[in-house]
Amino acid sequence: MDEQKQIDAFEAKIAAGVKIEPKDWMPEAYRKQLVRMMSQHAHSEIVGMLPEGNWITRAPNLRRKAILLAKVQDEGGHGLYLYSAAETLGVDRTELLEQLHTGKAKYSSIFNYPTLTWADIGAIGWLVDGAAIMNQTALARGSYGPYSRAMVRICKEESFHNRQGYEIMMQLAQGTPEQKAMAQDALDRWWWPAVMMLGPSDDQSPNSEQLMRWKVKMESNDAIRERFIDRTVPQAEFIGLKVPDKDMKFDEKTGHYTHGKINWDEFFDVIKGNGPCNAKRLKDRVDADKKGKWVREAAVAYATKRAKEKEVA
Amino acid sequence: MSDTQWPVWEVFIQASPGISHKHAGSVHAPDAEMALQNARDVYSRRSEGMNIWVVPANAITASSPEDQGSFFEPSNDKPYRHPTFYKIPEGVKYL
Amino acid sequence: MNLQEAKFEYLLRLGDSSLIIGHRLSEWCGHGPILEEDLAIINIALDFVGNTTELLKYAGQVEGKGRDEDELAYMRDEREFRNLLITEQPNGDYAYTIARQFLFDTYMFFLYEGLKSSKDETIAAIAAKSHKEITYHLRHTTEWMYRLGDGTEESHERMQNAVNDLWMFTAEMFDMDAVDTLLVKEGIAPDLNKIKVDWETRVKEVFADATLQMPTTTFKQKGSREGKHSEHLGFLLAEMQYVHRAHPGAKW
Repeated sequence: MDEQKQIDAFEAKIAAGVKIEPKDWMPEAYRKQLVRMMSQHAHSEIVGMLPEGNWITRAPNLRRKAILLAKVQDEGGHGLYLYSAAETLGVDRTELLEQLHTGKAKYSSIFNYPTLTWADIGAIGWLVDGAAIMNQTALARGSYGPYSRAMVRICKEESFHNRQGYEIMMQLAQGTPEQKAMAQDALDRWWWPAVMMLGPSDDQSPNSEQLMRWKVKMESNDAIRERFIDRTVPQAEFIGLKVPDKDMKFDEKTGHYTHGKINWDEFFDVIKGNGPCNAKRLKDRVDADKKGKWVREAAVAYATKRAKEKEVA
Repeated sequence: MSDTQWPVWEVFIQASPGISHKHAGSVHAPDAEMALQNARDVYSRRSEGMNIWVVPANAITASSPEDQGSFFEPSNDKPYRHPTFYKIPEGVKYL
Repeated sequence: MNLQEAKFEYLLRLGDSSLIIGHRLSEWCGHGPILEEDLAIINIALDFVGNTTELLKYAGQVEGKGRDEDELAYMRDEREFRNLLITEQPNGDYAYTIARQFLFDTYMFFLYEGLKSSKDETIAAIAAKSHKEITYHLRHTTEWMYRLGDGTEESHERMQNAVNDLWMFTAEMFDMDAVDTLLVKEGIAPDLNKIKVDWETRVKEVFADATLQMPTTTFKQKGSREGKHSEHLGFLLAEMQYVHRAHPGAKW
C-alpha cells in the first residue's frame, strides 16, 4: 500500500471512532507526537509529586496526612501508567527518564511554582487538578488506545483529588482570619498559573488542526480553559474567596466568564526553565535517580543469581 | 553493570471470585516476586482485586493487525454457531 | 499505676511507634529508587497512618481527658513520646530504611500476632486488622533484605553497615517494665520475652539468606519507655507539628 492510502485508511478508522493500537500502522508524525505527549504527561505526574510531597511531613492532622499521601502516591501511579502507555510505542522508560533528567523533555509549567503554605495543597487539588481533569477527560476520548485507557483509569482515580483540595480550601475559608487569609493568598498565587497550564492560546499553538483530526488533541486549549474558568469562579465565590482577576466578569450573552489578559511571557519563560522552582524540581528528580541506581542494580544482580541457580538445578 | 528501569511485566487482575483475569496494565520489576508485589501496590490501591497474574511482557505473543482478516473474518460466515440461527416453534421450552 | 494508666501508656507506645515510622517512610514520597518502589513504600506509610489513628484515638478514650488522636499526635512534646528509638532514626540510604523497617516489621509481626488475642476487644480488633497489613510489609521488606544483602558488592556493604548501625536500638523492643508486666498479667498484652525468641529466630534466618553477618555490637541504646529519645525526634516533631501548633484550636 502506498503511504497516502495508508494515511487515508488510518484517518478513516479514527473518524469512525476506532482506537489505534500499538501494532497498527500509524504515520510517523502521529507516533512522535504521542510519545512526546505521553512522556511529557508522565513527567508532569512524577515531577508533580514534589510540590505536594513537600507538605506531607507537615500536614496539620492525621486525616490530612493520609489523604495527601494517598493523593501524591496516585500521581506516581499515574506517571507509571503513562510511561507504560508510551512504552507501547517502542520507547523505553529508561530513555524517557533520561530525557527528563537531561532537561531535554518538558513537563507541565505549573509544578515549577513553590508550595509555600498548607493552603497551597488545597489550591493545587482544587485548581491544578481541576484544570488537569478538564484536559484529561477530553484526552480519554483520544484515538490512541493505550493512552485513552490510561486516561480513563486516571480520571476515575483523580476525582477525589479535586474534591479534597476544595475541601481544604473550604475549611480554611471558614476558619480563623489567618486561615482565610492563607487560603486567599494561595488562590492569588495559583490562579494564573492554573489558567495558563492549559496551554497557549489557539492562535499561538502550532499543528492543532492535524492533531485534532487525528484525535490526539481533542479540544482547543482555549475551549478547555473557558470551561475550567466557568466552573471554578462560582466555586470560589461559594466559599467567599476572590479570583485575582479584576477584569473577570460574567457575560450574560454568551453564558461564559471573560477573563483579563494572561501573561504569556511568564508562561513561556517558565517553560524555558526560568520558573522559581525549575532547577530545584529537576535536581530532586536527578538526585532520586542517582541515589536509586545501586538499589536497582542490586535487584537485577540478585535476580540474575537466582536465575542462574535455577538453570544449574 | 548498566542501570535500567527493570523489565516490563503485564498485570492481569481478577476483580472478584469466578470471573476471568483482566489486563490491568504493566509494571517494571527485576523478577517475578517483585513483579507480583509491584502489581499489588500499583493496581490494587482501591481494592480492585483478589488475585493477580504477572507475565513478562516479552513472553506474550500477539497476533498482528495484518492477521485480522485471515484470523477472524472466516468465522463471520458461520452463523450456525449461534443459537439465534435456529427457529424453534413457540411453546417449546428449555431449548 | 492502675490498669487504665498502664493501658494508656501502652497504647501510646504502639501508636507513637506507628506514627513516627510512618512519618519517616512518608519522607521518601517522590524520592524513591524507582517509581514502583515509591508507590510500595507509600502504601506501607499509609497503613501506619491508619494504624496510628486507631491506636491514638483509643488511647485518648482510655485516658478519658477528652484528647483525640490529633491532640495526642500534634500537641505532645519530645519527652512525652513513647515510640521506639529505632522508628525515629533518619532514613539514610535505602539499605538503612529497609533494614530499619525489616527489624521493626518483624517485631511488629510477632507483637501484633500476640495482640490479636488481647482480652481488650478494641486492641484485639485493631491488631487483627493491622496484622494483615504487617504481614505484607514484612514480605516486602524481607524480599528487599535479600536483594540488597545478596545483590551487588556495594549493596551488600551498605546493608551490612545499616544493620550494624541499627542493631543497638533493637534491644529495647523487648524490655518489660511495670506497664508490660501488668498488661501481660491481665491478658491484654503478650509477653515480650517470648516475642524476642521468635524475632531473633526470624532475623537470623533472613540475615543468613541475605548473606549478612549478625552484628556484634554489644552496646544497647534504650530510653523510649521513659521518653528519652535520640536527638532526631525533636526535629521530626518540629516539622510534623508546626502547622497544627501555629494555629491553636484551628480546624483543618
